[in-house]
Amino acid sequence: MTTGRTDPPWDRVRLHVVTGKGGTGKTTVASALALALASTASRVLLCEVEGRQGISQTFDVPPLGTDETRIVRLPGGGEVIGLSIEPKAALLEYLQLFYKLGRAGKLLERFGAIDFATTIAPGVRDVLLIGKIYEANRRRRDGRHKGDAPPAYDALVLDAPPTGRIGRFLSVNAEVADLARVGPIHSQAGAITRLLESDQTVVHLVTLLEEMPVQETLEAIDELHGKGLLPGAIIVNMVREPLLDDLALDQARAGRLHKASIRAQLTEAGVRVTPELVNGLLEEARDHAQRVDLEREQLALLEATGLPIVQLPALPEGVDSGSVRELADLLVPIFVEHVERAGS
Amino acid sequence: MTPGPVARNAPALDIDALIGDPETSIIVCCGAGGVGKTTTAAALGLRAAESGRQVVVLTIDPARRLAQSLGLTELDNTPRRVTDIDTSEGGSLHAMMLDMKRTFDEVVLAHAEPDKAEQILANPFYLAVSSSFAGTQEYMAMEKLGQLRAVAGTVDAPWDLIVVDTPPSRSALDFLDAPNRLGSFLDGRFIRLLTAPAKAGGRAGLKVFGVGVQLVTSTMTKILGGQMLTDVQTFVNALDTMFGGFRERADETYRLLSEHGTAFLVVAAPERDALREASFFVDRLEADRMPLAGLVVNRIGRVSATGITPSRALSLAASSRTPVARSRRPTRPASSGSMRRSCARPSDSASSRSASHGHTPAYRWCRCRLSGATSTTSTACVRSGTR
Repeated sequence: MTTGRTDPPWDRVRLHVVTGKGGTGKTTVASALALALASTASRVLLCEVEGRQGISQTFDVPPLGTDETRIVRLPGGGEVIGLSIEPKAALLEYLQLFYKLGRAGKLLERFGAIDFATTIAPGVRDVLLIGKIYEANRRRRDGRHKGDAPPAYDALVLDAPPTGRIGRFLSVNAEVADLARVGPIHSQAGAITRLLESDQTVVHLVTLLEEMPVQETLEAIDELHGKGLLPGAIIVNMVREPLLDDLALDQARAGRLHKASIRAQLTEAGVRVTPELVNGLLEEARDHAQRVDLEREQLALLEATGLPIVQLPALPEGVDSGSVRELADLLVPIFVEHVERAGS
Repeated sequence: MTPGPVARNAPALDIDALIGDPETSIIVCCGAGGVGKTTTAAALGLRAAESGRQVVVLTIDPARRLAQSLGLTELDNTPRRVTDIDTSEGGSLHAMMLDMKRTFDEVVLAHAEPDKAEQILANPFYLAVSSSFAGTQEYMAMEKLGQLRAVAGTVDAPWDLIVVDTPPSRSALDFLDAPNRLGSFLDGRFIRLLTAPAKAGGRAGLKVFGVGVQLVTSTMTKILGGQMLTDVQTFVNALDTMFGGFRERADETYRLLSEHGTAFLVVAAPERDALREASFFVDRLEADRMPLAGLVVNRIGRVSATGITPSRALSLAASSRTPVARSRRPTRPASSGSMRRSCARPSDSASSRSASHGHTPAYRWCRCRLSGATSTTSTACVRSGTR
């Protein structure tokens, strides 16, 4: 179910950032994408940054902590590792890793400096969250951050903040680099910005075929372009196929569906037919036709961006770990098989 | 209208009684992102205004379409009168959107001496804090709510009802935590560490903290760089004088929220995840003893074809060979029939303006109420409609 451009350079991408308006199913899509990427025996890190435990709910596993925990192992050997990134733990780890602070680190915590940094100080929270992803991206399989060992993860998927905050979230490092004009934070922030602005990072946008989410998606795409970030695919979630064919939709819109045959079919099905029922059905058919029109308008707006568009069906039973796999199967041909072709 | 299964278990939330009660002076809409909080707040405000209340709606981050639907070309940090409403009952409607930077600037200008204010406004650290720091939106929403309340009842600010839409928060009800977080920071040792050296030339600071302070300061200099630390210190020092008042007002607003006269509404959509989040909000409000008035379930589908039950329709669809049977499910979930019955009243006048045109039917208020009800029952009362 793809339309639009279909040959983006997914094979170079290591970090898939998934954003979208609240309620569009970001976490579900990020989870399905991680599963899809893992299907070629890859190790994929799936991170969330808002402490909502959406990943553990989606996969029905115990709440994720600040340790990287395997949540799925696929038959082919692929793995999805889950992580709920928490700023305080990330800061302490960062200080230990880069400054080997020891006693001074504990003192900083006692004096409230850690709390200050993670809850009050501008943007530091976001810097730390992204910094942790940056670290995981660079890590090699032997745990070091340099050397020739293969990377610890073949791909990373970030269940990111919603579209309204995504630009600020991803550009916070550029801001921090301005604020701390010299020193280690400055250079660290610069390195992270380079990763985010490279073609190793794409930002996928999850939306529904409704006005507000589509509007936010279009605004976010502009914002990403403006900040030098690369939009990936537009993932249209919860798509429902029209119940009627185009001819019937035309008739429904005009209120010209054939009442007599509707009555006849209802009677045949054993329903007690009343004028209210038939008129009600016609009214619903008109609503449905209008809804289909609106969805097509919205899809056209998305197509005009020129970005690849992926459509995922609405899941009748809601989201659980089984249905996420169904969605992942739909994503494999788009995000993974392409990689294999390009690589071979 | 026949009461559905919902009404038997949970009494109705009577929105008109709530907004018609002159004692109701603040309504707070909270809920997860994407459920239509802002739209609900605007619809409520409109209905209250058209039934005679003097209303101001404080929205946090509305889509542009919402401003347009209220007939405003722009929502800025000042309440603007919405003119295109029915004023026959003598009501009025103002709307505004929170601009956190401007609100912060106003606080600085109002509470710091002129030369100090200038110093703060130009500080690079302040510029970052006021436009992007985690939590600014929450503090400023509280600050603005306090301000709106303080000026209420004057000629330029005629409102007697404030409808607040809460920030899209990372976790449930971040804005309720804002005063506490600010408080623990202000009472903390860290701020004294930051301010002490400047206040007493460093010596008093050393006495207070002992030798640890030097290690902390030197570590921070190492990590942050000297310039940034100096910026932070200058900022905190300059703000120190007004921080106290800031916190007092935040505490005051928090108290206001827990009092009679305030009503919290949890907004949800009839979907599993949205309802789960709604449960968190309900739990949290109850834990904080906030006056929870009820649950608004948004996006309930409208059923025009009456006279056939959802289960009957589903089984017919399953056995029929019409296109309906081939699709995985009907567009309108089976729930809509019974949900419709559970709707107190289709508040078309309130919602049609703010709901986007065309697609979904106008928003409806669901007949649900949680009187000391646990989150499970609140979810259940919505769920019961889906069976």
